[in-house]
Amino acid sequence: MKIRRLRLRAEAVPHSKDHCGDIETGNHGMLDNIGLLIQAPLLNVQLLLDGIFVGAIFALAAYGLALVWGVMNVKNLAQGDFVITGGYLAWWLSQPRHVEIGIPGTEITLIDWVTPVIHPILSMPLVIVVMFGFGWLVYVAVIRRVIGKDLFTSLLATFGLALVMAQLLNLMFGPEVQVAESGFEIHSLGGLVTVATIKFVSLCLAAVLAAIVVVFMKYSRMGQAIRATAQDPRAAKVMGVDTDRVYAFTFSLNSAICGAAGVLISMIWVIQPFFGIAHSIRSFVIVTAAGLGNLPGVIMAGLGLGVAEFYAGFTFGAELQQFTVVGMLVAVLVWRQIQYSRHRQAVQ
Amino acid sequence: MNLVRNPVALYGGILAASIAAPLVFPDYTFQFSVLWVMILFALTWDMLGGQMGYNSLGNIFFFGAGMYLCAIIQIGLYYDVAEYTAASGEIKVDITPPQYFLGLFLGIVAAALANAVFAAIFGWVVFGLRGPYFAIGTLGVALAAGELTGAWQYVGGGGGISLPVYPGEPDERSLFFYALCFLMAVVTFFTLRKVYSGRFGLAINAIRDDEAKAEGMGIHTNRYKTVGWAISAFFLGISGALFGNMIGFIEPLEVAFPTVTFGIFMVVMCLLGGKGTLWGPVVGATLFHAFKEVTWTYMLGWQWVALGALIIILVVFFQQGIVGWMQEKWPEMFGIVVDDKLAASGPELDDRPRRSEAAQ
Amino acid sequence: MSIHSKFVGAFAFGVAAAGLIFAAPAGAKVEGDEIVLGSAISFTGKYSANGINAKNGYNLGAKRINEMGGVKVGGKAYKLKIVYYDDESTPLRTAQLAERLINQDGVKYMLGPYSSATTKAIAPITEKYKIPMVEAEGAARSLFTQGYKYMFCVISTSEQYLTSAIALAAEMAEKSGRKPSDLKVAMAFENDPFSLDVRAGVVDDTKKFNMKVVIDDKLPRDLSDMAATLTKVKATKPDILLVSGHEKGAATAARQIKELKIDVPMIAITHCEAAKLIDKFGPAANGILCPTQWAETLSYKDKYFGTAMDYDKTFKATFEGYKNVPYQSAQATAAVLVWKDAFERAQSFDIEKVRDALAATDMQTFYGAIKFAKEGNNIAKPMVLRQIQDGKLNVVAPSKWASHKLEWPRKAMY
Repeated sequence: MKIRRLRLRAEAVPHSKDHCGDIETGNHGMLDNIGLLIQAPLLNVQLLLDGIFVGAIFALAAYGLALVWGVMNVKNLAQGDFVITGGYLAWWLSQPRHVEIGIPGTEITLIDWVTPVIHPILSMPLVIVVMFGFGWLVYVAVIRRVIGKDLFTSLLATFGLALVMAQLLNLMFGPEVQVAESGFEIHSLGGLVTVATIKFVSLCLAAVLAAIVVVFMKYSRMGQAIRATAQDPRAAKVMGVDTDRVYAFTFSLNSAICGAAGVLISMIWVIQPFFGIAHSIRSFVIVTAAGLGNLPGVIMAGLGLGVAEFYAGFTFGAELQQFTVVGMLVAVLVWRQIQYSRHRQAVQ
Repeated sequence: MNLVRNPVALYGGILAASIAAPLVFPDYTFQFSVLWVMILFALTWDMLGGQMGYNSLGNIFFFGAGMYLCAIIQIGLYYDVAEYTAASGEIKVDITPPQYFLGLFLGIVAAALANAVFAAIFGWVVFGLRGPYFAIGTLGVALAAGELTGAWQYVGGGGGISLPVYPGEPDERSLFFYALCFLMAVVTFFTLRKVYSGRFGLAINAIRDDEAKAEGMGIHTNRYKTVGWAISAFFLGISGALFGNMIGFIEPLEVAFPTVTFGIFMVVMCLLGGKGTLWGPVVGATLFHAFKEVTWTYMLGWQWVALGALIIILVVFFQQGIVGWMQEKWPEMFGIVVDDKLAASGPELDDRPRRSEAAQ
Repeated sequence: MSIHSKFVGAFAFGVAAAGLIFAAPAGAKVEGDEIVLGSAISFTGKYSANGINAKNGYNLGAKRINEMGGVKVGGKAYKLKIVYYDDESTPLRTAQLAERLINQDGVKYMLGPYSSATTKAIAPITEKYKIPMVEAEGAARSLFTQGYKYMFCVISTSEQYLTSAIALAAEMAEKSGRKPSDLKVAMAFENDPFSLDVRAGVVDDTKKFNMKVVIDDKLPRDLSDMAATLTKVKATKPDILLVSGHEKGAATAARQIKELKIDVPMIAITHCEAAKLIDKFGPAANGILCPTQWAETLSYKDKYFGTAMDYDKTFKATFEGYKNVPYQSAQATAAVLVWKDAFERAQSFDIEKVRDALAATDMQTFYGAIKFAKEGNNIAKPMVLRQIQDGKLNVVAPSKWASHKLEWPRKAMY
């Protein structure tokens, strides 16, 4: 297969007979990569660790989705955008910002303030509170009206919400990928494995947050009200539970959980206004795989997804990493379908 | 079913307007062609979403598959595709007019037929899912297709493919593709009209209203679902092939499989116009296209926010869409008989999709 | 028949409304005493940083030309005006905006968009309508093999970006007593026409020296994370690491190279300046090789801006926030200069005459010499390679233009 070369340069182009001018990475690369994994077992440790650290955050966000899904039957496609919003809040607070609010058209400034630098971890309580309030607003404005309606409605409404949020973030913060610097060190084990301290911290924080939510759901009055409403909304109403408040609280709680997850993501990974849909899909994959009300399942699925993503990115190449997330979604749905079809049911 | 009483005047008027438009406003021919493509999008989506109750977020898959398939054939008939798309791109392409048209024709045919087959295959995979799972599943398939194509070196991967240039003057070219898009939209419309007015239409409506009961009544739901999707895919594939040629350069994620943009537009257009009606998608597509172009021109930067807000407002407040609303207000015009006794008991008319139990 | 007329009315209204709505003021090719140039370029999206750099370059060129008396055609002086649309870094949008510029806005002379992907999308359209376009930001070779007659490119094509890095590596190997064929090469490229083309050039060169490619990765689409590749780099210990992913890829690479403390004797990354590597990463970016289309230290000059260094000063004075002037801006300005030169040589606004004048361009600018081959690319200007040395970018190759010696092997300070 000769390739005719046009003279594009002033000097003569050497005629080489290579038809493999573009090496097909394909199988060639994949086997090489697998070979690397076998030759250097420490690489496996690296991928595993990275996957677990990130997967823990996926699990956290998925738990929030499961909450909203189980209680209100709203499938929140904007989940990932809530996460990214939380991340941006943390990022924005982590550097000094000059905030000037004045009366347009005049020279009067009402507020001229440079924000203090708040370390992302310390900003987490603030982000949680702000996101809780934001979630409440969204509930009142949009979600409340779609709860009773059919399921596609809530999906589409939250999708519209996702679009609006992503674009607003884009307009406010720009399309660049950002990371909230935590300033923690990076340790090197065995020369091949690097572990950033912040990732450990994030794992612990994720665990703590999940524990807090679980305890809350089990022992507090509102938690009990939420579980009651999830079991049977009508009966709960009859028993005097204000279901609307419960729904609002649940959605806001989910928003707060997402916000916290976002803070962690901004520190150990990256945030960008349009990454929301990928995170939403990840949450869906986890919840679909684990099933509702199955917290250990959600944790395992989350960690598993994180590890799978990193392994796939390494083995198949980064251009297929996004595909892995989506591919897993399709795979999980097909698997569920096969499961259900044995009982002659459809996946509802 | 919703039949507008067949007025020659109505169709004649639209035909006249459509022929006049590119001649009176030649600078906007491309926009009008896109309008016809949008109408086709909305009509095909509605077959599944409105008439059958299966809301697909991944119909764009067929659009992209058709586009790529047509490109592969247009190039592959005369040159080696892998060489053509190799990053150094050093093949100089020289396609004569008869070769171009032959390639285009075969490409369109192949896109249509292959997509019908794809629909059958995917239907088999994905029709066991219901409601939101089906929506997310199809969304996943479309996203996955985009990603995979981006990694497929044979078709140029992320670099995309430049299509052969139309042999002829640019004005001719615009009119040529306008005519094709118009033709396809019209053929789609009449095909769907024919299909809806028969047994098929009744069957898929039954599936929408209550699938379990439909199965119980002996309707082979799977067959109807697959055929319905295959018809949609057939036309979507053709529109993809045409669109690719109109743009001249195709790229997997933004041009061929723009899931988050065109894929969602399909849904929004039908919602705006009225799900489950025949004219609803047409009206919705026209208004939506106009809305989009206005916001793009005058609200640059905020156009996506406006679009998202539109979706939310439509979904929350105006679910029945324009034609649905008209049907409510003037049911007699649509041949719907309102039983006064039933009407007294509730405001719901019988030809909008019944809501499934909230408890589900 | 009220419903029917309602429908016809509705539909006709829709079409008419759409038509009226689209009626943006149609600018003719020459309005009064202004020549209108059009450009669909990336103000938002992943290419926005360089899209804005290019826009600034275009604007500076037009400003300077207008200040110096404008474009003189037929005894009359015309000012240049540039009309922009944001293509959101998506090729489809660029194509649609090109249609709009040409059809609805009546633009007859185009300036290119940013990146090879968007240029690839717009080229069939300008070619279809026979509208000449001078582009300054699309370097992929595949742009010049389609036989386009209406596209002209002032920059050097992409396969030359990393060539001198490989040649340098071979040279260093021989100096230290090794054979070039012993060298191990690692590379990571974005999955877009430009980077794939750079990669094709690199692959050709490695074959020339018979070097071994140990890593051949693609960067993820959002260019945000290449940890997997860098982990492999740590495992395989290559002699050269090459990365090309526009400015975002460069930023990610530098950041993660610092985080993971990567130690490779030679690292070459494209688009360093636009990624502001020196600003952001300081000493950690030391020793990185940066191919560039233009450097302010080179000895080019012209009558519009003076020397390259003068341009550098003028640019920094006109636009805030630039510590290094990226070559993307310089080449954008050069494109505008080419238009002026062509108009004045053609002494006409007739498209074919202007097109022929463009094809015959042979001029010296502060950006370098510009002369177009038959295919449309600039064959008179070389790519140079700079190295970050102590917080400054110094030209180290090719030897004709080098002002400093290459620091090798790379001593990184993390």
